[in-house]
Amino acid sequence: MTTSAETVGKKFNIDTVENAAKTPDTELPWAELGLKQNEFEEIIKVLGRRPTGAELAMYSVMWSEHCSYKSSKNHLRQFGEKVTDEMKKDMLVGIGENAGVTNLGDGWAVTFKIESHNSPSFVEPYQGAATGIGGIVRDIISMGARPVAVMDPLRFGAIDHPDTARVMHGAVAGIGGYGNSLGLPNIGGEMVFDSVYQGNPLVNALAVGVMRHEDIRLANASGKGNKVVLFGARTGGDGIGGASVLASESFDDTKPSKRPAVQVGDPFAEKVLIECCLELFKGSLVEGIQDLGAAGISCATSELASNGDGGMQVELTSVLLRDPTLTPGEILMSESQERMMAVVTPENVAAFEAVMDKWAVEYSWLGEVTDSGRLIITWEGEVIVDVDPRTVAHDGPVYDRPFARPAWQDSVQADTFTGSVQDAGRPSTSGELAAAVTELIASPNMCSKAWITKQYDRYVGGNTAMAFPDDAGVVRVDEESGLGVALATDANGRYTYLDPYQGAQLALAEAYRNVATSGAVPMAVSDCLNFGSPEDPDVMWQLAEAIRGLSDACMVLGVPVTGGNVSLYNQTGTVPIHPSPVVAVLGKLDDVARRTPSGWKEDGQAIYLLGTTAAELDGSEWSNLRGHLGGLPPKVDLSLERQLGEILINASRDGMIDTAHDLSEGGLAAALVESSLRYGVGARIALEELLERDGVDLFTALFSESQARAIVSVPRSEEVRFKDMCTARGFAHLRIGVVDAAGGTLEINGVDTLSLDALNEAYEGTLPKYFG
Amino acid sequence: MTELPLIGGAPVAVEPQLSGAKIGVVTFPGTLDDRDAARAVRLAGGTAVALWHGDTELGDVDAVVIPGGFSYGDYLRAGAISRFAPLMSKIIDAANSDAKLPVLGICNGFQILTESHLLPGSMIKNDHLKFLCRDQVLRVENNTTLWTSDYEAGQEITVPLKNQDGQYIADEKTLDALEAEGRVAFRYVGFNPNGSRRDIAGITNAAGNVVGLMPHPEHAVEPGFGPETNAGTDGLGFFTSVLNKIVGGAQ
Repeated sequence: MTTSAETVGKKFNIDTVENAAKTPDTELPWAELGLKQNEFEEIIKVLGRRPTGAELAMYSVMWSEHCSYKSSKNHLRQFGEKVTDEMKKDMLVGIGENAGVTNLGDGWAVTFKIESHNSPSFVEPYQGAATGIGGIVRDIISMGARPVAVMDPLRFGAIDHPDTARVMHGAVAGIGGYGNSLGLPNIGGEMVFDSVYQGNPLVNALAVGVMRHEDIRLANASGKGNKVVLFGARTGGDGIGGASVLASESFDDTKPSKRPAVQVGDPFAEKVLIECCLELFKGSLVEGIQDLGAAGISCATSELASNGDGGMQVELTSVLLRDPTLTPGEILMSESQERMMAVVTPENVAAFEAVMDKWAVEYSWLGEVTDSGRLIITWEGEVIVDVDPRTVAHDGPVYDRPFARPAWQDSVQADTFTGSVQDAGRPSTSGELAAAVTELIASPNMCSKAWITKQYDRYVGGNTAMAFPDDAGVVRVDEESGLGVALATDANGRYTYLDPYQGAQLALAEAYRNVATSGAVPMAVSDCLNFGSPEDPDVMWQLAEAIRGLSDACMVLGVPVTGGNVSLYNQTGTVPIHPSPVVAVLGKLDDVARRTPSGWKEDGQAIYLLGTTAAELDGSEWSNLRGHLGGLPPKVDLSLERQLGEILINASRDGMIDTAHDLSEGGLAAALVESSLRYGVGARIALEELLERDGVDLFTALFSESQARAIVSVPRSEEVRFKDMCTARGFAHLRIGVVDAAGGTLEINGVDTLSLDALNEAYEGTLPKYFG
Repeated sequence: MTELPLIGGAPVAVEPQLSGAKIGVVTFPGTLDDRDAARAVRLAGGTAVALWHGDTELGDVDAVVIPGGFSYGDYLRAGAISRFAPLMSKIIDAANSDAKLPVLGICNGFQILTESHLLPGSMIKNDHLKFLCRDQVLRVENNTTLWTSDYEAGQEITVPLKNQDGQYIADEKTLDALEAEGRVAFRYVGFNPNGSRRDIAGITNAAGNVVGLMPHPEHAVEPGFGPETNAGTDGLGFFTSVLNKIVGGAQ
């Protein structure tokens, strides 16, 4: 793209600051770069003149929705405000840096973050998903940590839509192709099919890294005279305007293909970059470091300078290029992957270069830190950017977008499943119930995810203590003590559509429960808020409600949000996706050997159901199978979730339970089948006492999605102790059956006997049937 | 120089009689399982020594493991670039010398060994064209190599398999010769995960000091962190085999 302003200079027709001051009336392509009229006028006000072509490029990407959070900032503030001192206790680095850092004890710290790479993954699924992993991993490295695992929550269109296979094959292969090549185990994620994601699939990626406290690094450029270096891959023409044009607009059939805005990944370059950065950290060779992701050099220079204590001067012709024809604006905007920028003291320059040479990583010295308070970028010595870096990086526009409860919300909430047309013929006989269980676990959202997970390396690193399909992924951090972390991500777009405030809380509750189910103590939250266009007041209300709900719930559960990402404009035409706040919870295990797996193994162990069951079928997987979406999502009770979590954690720590599995989508039916199929060990279940206690019928007991529930298996020797603990804490618990290793069946009183072989065939068969 | 793991960091207690044996673990750019291989050496009782592909001397190691990963991104062909590393020429010489340095190539390491012509044949893309990670049953066909002597002949072991280019191929003559000479060291049991000729998972050279296989024994050495069958430690035998040989030979 050549800006008309750039037709004035020489060679590349450089539009210098001097030239800009002299030619105030030159037409600039601000609209093509995604800026709004008022934003362009604001830039002129900030600079006191028209921007140069290069400055315009920088502001356009940094003031994009993706980089500036201009529509969500006013709401996101709550994550920082609704925090108690107790919640801050273990937070070493909070929101605002590349990723938050949490204290694990024993001198260890952990950093994790979840991000979206939705739009690129629709346009070009393989590269979009691959570079999503690459980007989040670089965020983790930037904090000084060694990345140790990744996770991938995925949402695709209808399983039988012809385009879904394209996105599914590409995204899964991209995540595997990139993550497997980095040596990072993939320990979990999610998979949801729903036609609302047809034109806007959600490909979110989470990475977690660990470090010693003294290794924490921040993105700031301090110390006059320190050198600024760009290293890693060369800068090319890929991903130009990815953040502004691609991630910050809705898809529209009438516009040309956005393919050129998608970046192309090179996992080998990233793996070398990881090792090279860790060696730099080990030698304390960098003062500040920042990865290049969205908005490339524009972002890295302005954020480093803005977070530091002075200014920065950079010569842009020093950037190593893949394509020598790139203009200054394109170099500033390029989102070429596998690049990092660092600040190095003059004394460390030689040592820095030695590390680069060892790993055969290319680098170029671009300039240095100054005390001018300005970010100055030159092209062959001529000034093409002269800005206050804060105005680029932090003081972008902030919008108080109008929002209002949608007019349709009341009628949606009034349309409950029970008694609806879709509820006709609800299964009740033993044969119908058995068929219903089989149908449920073969359904696209409840079936086995093995087709995906077997394409990911779960072993590399040798520290994976648990991975999908268990409730949480568990990674050992310290090989001596066994100290480790557990992670789970969850979201339910259907619940959130019915009630955004509760839906976001339900996402947190489920992720929290999953982590506690593994035996870990929940410590911190990262969120990826996937929504439609903020310019639609209905969507904006969903976003505002979800943030309010999530931040309120974090307070009650005592887990702070340490970072995350907002992905807006996930809509096709005027139809937005279901609001999909994906919540990741990180927990701590003092010894990962004590983790609790989900599958039954030992014959004769008692199976207990914790929590109570109400008739809550609205938004459930069963209602989804019957094509219904209406009513109110299951009730959230965060204090109950907390109590349940404490029981699961204590029971794990004291060896009272051998297995645990949370109840969520698909309810008790799904949990019983999943615990059976994990190791092919069945059970005999009787729910009569439950039906009487909770006043529900057998169908409801099996398919309701009431929250704050889990099933556990208890060795005979521990039963009394376990029951006493639940009683002492006043938490509902009921013995519902016994593990049966010999039978090869799942027997539920009132339901025809389910053979594990048949269940397994139904459970495993669905994804291969659609995707080969 | 013994490399400490960058996460973790605990020196594992080793059996004193084996700890003197040093097993080198080579790191290339893009190697992934080097720390895992080093851990396996330590858990088996040996001392792991980090080797760098650019080194021009092998030092005083008693054996070498070339671990898995995507060295040089598998660009051009898996193992094709790493084969030319300065250290590889030392390893090739030492493996072919009278001293018969024990060398184990795992996954990408196996690919590097075939590219180096220390072992015959080659690996191409899996027949189903996807990366595959699974717990794989193998049969130990030859327990007379330096890396398999702690197994029973015909013993079935379960170790993780994880690769994209795992399909072992060679011409019929080579395959017949491997069979006739007992140089098929491991075969896939129950399920051929990648279309490998004659279910071959790993092979040995004629002298039995160089062994390569696609599955990952170094990921089956610690209960709770490997496959869920047989305590998950079926892979430890590779490392104890060579350590016992080294220590036994030194006595």
